[in-house]
Amino acid sequence: MSDAQSAYYVPEGSALPFVGTAGLFILFAGFGAFLNGVSAGSMAMLLGFAILLVMIFGWFGAVIRESEAGLYNDKVDRTYRWSMAWFIFSEVAFFAAFFGTLYYVRSFSVPWLGGLGSEALTGQLLHPTFEAVWPTNGPGQLGGHFEAMGAWGLPALNTVILLSSGATVTWAHWGLLKNNRTQFTLGLALTVILGALFIGFQATEYAHGFSELNLTLESGIYGSTFYMLTGFHGLHVTIGAIMLAVIFFRALKGHFTPDNHFAFEAVAWYWHFVDVVWLGLFIFVYWL
Amino acid sequence: MNTASNHDAHGPKSGIMRWITTTNHKDIGNMYLIVALAMFFVGGAMAMVIRAELFQPGLQLVNPHFFNQMTTLHALIMVFGAVMPAFVGFANWQVPLMIGAPDMALPRLNNWSFWLLPFAAVMLVSTLFMEGGAPAAGWTMYPPLVQQTGDAFPFLIFTVHLLGMSSILGAINIIVTIVNMRAPGMTLLKMPMFVWTWLITAFLLIAVMPVFAGAVTMLLTDQYFGTSFFNTAGGGDPVLFQHLFWFFGHPEVYIMILPSFGVISQVIPTFARKPLFGYASMVYATAAIAFLSFIVWAHHMFTVGMPISGQLYFMYATVLIAVPTGVKVFNWLATMWRGSMTFETPMLFALGVVVMFTFGGFTGVMMGTAPTDVQYHDSYFIVAHFHYTLVSGAVFSVFCGAYYWLPKWTGYMYDEKLGKLHFWLTAISFNVLFFPQHFLGLAGMPRRIPDYALQFADWNMVSSIGGFAFGLAQLIFLWVVIKAVRGGEPASDEVWEGADGLEWTLSSPPPYHSFNEAPKVS
Repeated sequence: MSDAQSAYYVPEGSALPFVGTAGLFILFAGFGAFLNGVSAGSMAMLLGFAILLVMIFGWFGAVIRESEAGLYNDKVDRTYRWSMAWFIFSEVAFFAAFFGTLYYVRSFSVPWLGGLGSEALTGQLLHPTFEAVWPTNGPGQLGGHFEAMGAWGLPALNTVILLSSGATVTWAHWGLLKNNRTQFTLGLALTVILGALFIGFQATEYAHGFSELNLTLESGIYGSTFYMLTGFHGLHVTIGAIMLAVIFFRALKGHFTPDNHFAFEAVAWYWHFVDVVWLGLFIFVYWL
Repeated sequence: MNTASNHDAHGPKSGIMRWITTTNHKDIGNMYLIVALAMFFVGGAMAMVIRAELFQPGLQLVNPHFFNQMTTLHALIMVFGAVMPAFVGFANWQVPLMIGAPDMALPRLNNWSFWLLPFAAVMLVSTLFMEGGAPAAGWTMYPPLVQQTGDAFPFLIFTVHLLGMSSILGAINIIVTIVNMRAPGMTLLKMPMFVWTWLITAFLLIAVMPVFAGAVTMLLTDQYFGTSFFNTAGGGDPVLFQHLFWFFGHPEVYIMILPSFGVISQVIPTFARKPLFGYASMVYATAAIAFLSFIVWAHHMFTVGMPISGQLYFMYATVLIAVPTGVKVFNWLATMWRGSMTFETPMLFALGVVVMFTFGGFTGVMMGTAPTDVQYHDSYFIVAHFHYTLVSGAVFSVFCGAYYWLPKWTGYMYDEKLGKLHFWLTAISFNVLFFPQHFLGLAGMPRRIPDYALQFADWNMVSSIGGFAFGLAQLIFLWVVIKAVRGGEPASDEVWEGADGLEWTLSSPPPYHSFNEAPKVS
C-alpha cells in the first residue's frame, strides 16, 4: 500500500454532525416560534444552543485528539488549510452583501429618493422636504432625530487596538516558530486581551449610541446599516476571541510544535480577516 | 483490487446508526439522492396541484392563496430540495471515484452537509401547517409582498440559512477534495469534465450562498427588528433586495446547470465512442460562464425602472453568455460527429438535453434583450423558458447521470426497456406541457395566477394534460431505480463499452472504500 494515500485519515462514523443539526434546528425553530410570540420559543432556543455547544465541544475535541495522536499527515494538513481558506472566503462574501447594501443605499437609493435623475418628480410629489444627505433615516424620518456615530473617538481607538492585536498574534506566531513558548503564550494572551478590550469598547459605543445619540436599529437606513455591519463584525470578533482563548489554553497544555500548529494559524487567519473587515467598517461606516 | 484489507474497522455500522453517523461518501451520496428523489415527488405533487387548477379557467380546486403557496413551495423544493441535492449526491459518489481518492477530504463535514438538508426540508414543508399558510410570495421572496407571510415568515428565512450552510459546507468539501485528493498524475487538465464543472460550481456556491443568507437576514430584521433595508420610508429600497437576490440567483441557475453540462460531457463521449471534442475549450467555457454569471444579475429586473445605461450593460453582458454556451453545444455535436453512436437511455437523455436545453437557451437570448423582455417579463413565456433550461437541462441531466451510473452503484443493469419508455414519455409529455406556455406568455398570460382569461383556456388544457402525463411518467423512473437496486443482470466493471475513466476500473458496485491504493494516471 502506498503511504501517501493509505495514510489519509478517514474518521470513524460520528453522530456529532447529526446532533449539531438537531441543535441548530431546535435553535431556529425556537427563534421562529419566539418571533411569532410564543414565549416558550426562547426556552427551545437555549436548549438548541446547548445541544450545539455539545456538538462544538465534541467535534473540536475529537479533531484535537486525532491531531495530537499524530493521525494527520501532510495531506490532511493541506485539506484543513484549503477548507479554512474557503470558509473565510464565504465569510467575505457574507460581509460583501452588507457592504454592497451600504454602497447601494448611499450611491443610489437615497439620492433617488431625493429626486436625482429621472426621479425628480417622484421626490417633488412624495416627499418634497426630504434632503438626500448621509446620514439619513429616510423621508419618513423613522426613529426620530438621531446623531451619527463619530469616527475619531472610540472607533479610532478600536482601530488601533485591533491592528495591534494583529501584530501581537503574529508576534506569538514568531515565538512558536522559534519554539519560544513564553513569547507564544504571552502573545496569545495579549491578543485575547486586546480582543476583549475591543468588544468592551464596542459595547460602550453601542450604549452611547442608544442612550445619547438616539441611534438604534430603527433609525432608518443609517441605523440599519450601522448596527448590522458593526454588529455582525462584533459577533465575529467575539467568536475569534473565543477561538484565540481556546488556542491559548491549548498552548498552556503544551499543544502545538514549530512545524505542526495549523489550528493556531487558522485562528490567526480568521483574526486577520476580522481585522480587515474592521478597516472597511472604519473607513466606510464611521469615517466617510 | 482488494481494498477491503485492514480497513474492516471502517466497515459500515448496522441499522439506522449507519446512516446517522456515516462518514462514507457512497452512503452520503445515496442519502442525498434518496432525499432528492423524495423531494422531486413532493415538489412534483405541488406542480400537479398547479396544473389541475389551471386545467380550466375559473377557480375549481384550491383558493388563490393556497395556489400561491404551491407555486412558491414547488420552486423552492425543486431548486433546493431536488436538483441541487441530486447533483451533490452525484458529486459525492463520483468525484472520489473519478479522481482516485479514498473518500471525500472531510468525511465528517460531509455528513453534516447532508443532514442539514432533510432538517431544512422538514422546516420548509412544516410551514404549510402554520397560521397564515406557507410562504406564498414566490421563491424570489421579494419584499414588501413576502412580508405579508404569516407565522411561516421566520421559518422561511431559517430554512434558507440551513440550506445555505449545507451548500457552503458541501461546496468547501468538494473543492478541497478536488484540489487535494487527486491521484498522482491526474493534473487539472486531465480531470474528467464532471469534476471540472463541480469544481467551478462549488466556487459559485461559496461565493453566492452567503450573499443570499445576508439578504434574507435583512428581510428578517426588517420584519421583526425595525430596520429599513427594503423600506423607502427609512431610506432603503425594495429593489435592493432584488439586486441582492439575483446576485445570488443568477449564479444559482448555473449552479444547477454546470453539473448538468458535466454529466452529459461524460455520457456523450461514452456512447459516441469518441473522446470529448475540445476538452480544454470545454473547461474554459465553463469558467467563462461562471465568471459571466456574476455580472449579469439585473437582467432579471429589466422592468423595475433602472437607468437605460444599466439596461444596456446588463443586456450586452447577458447575451455574451451565449458564446461560451455555444462553444459547449458545438463541442457536444462535434463529439458525436462520425462517432459509433448507440442510444441507450443515458444517451437519449443527454441528447434531450442538447436539443431542448439549447432551445431554452434561445428563449433566454430573447429575454436577455432588454427591449423585448418588457413583453415577456413575468408572463408564462418566462415559465416556459426556465422549465426548458431547468427541466430539460438540469432534471434530464439528473436522469441521464442516474441511468449512466446506476449499474456502477448498484452492480445491476437497470431495465433498458423501461428506461427508454421513461425517456420517451418524459420527453414528449415535457414538450406538451411546456411548449404551449410560450404561446400563452406571448399572448399575455401572467405567471403565478390561479385563474385566467378565457382566450388562454385551450393551451392551458393542453399544458395540463402534458403535465399529468409528465408526472405519471416519473413513476416509471422510481420503479426502474427500485428494480435496479433489488437485482437484475449483473453489471461488468466497465458497464458501458465506450466508458473511460477511473470509476470504471473499480468493481460494480465499488468497494466500501474506493481507492485505498492510489491509482496511477498516465
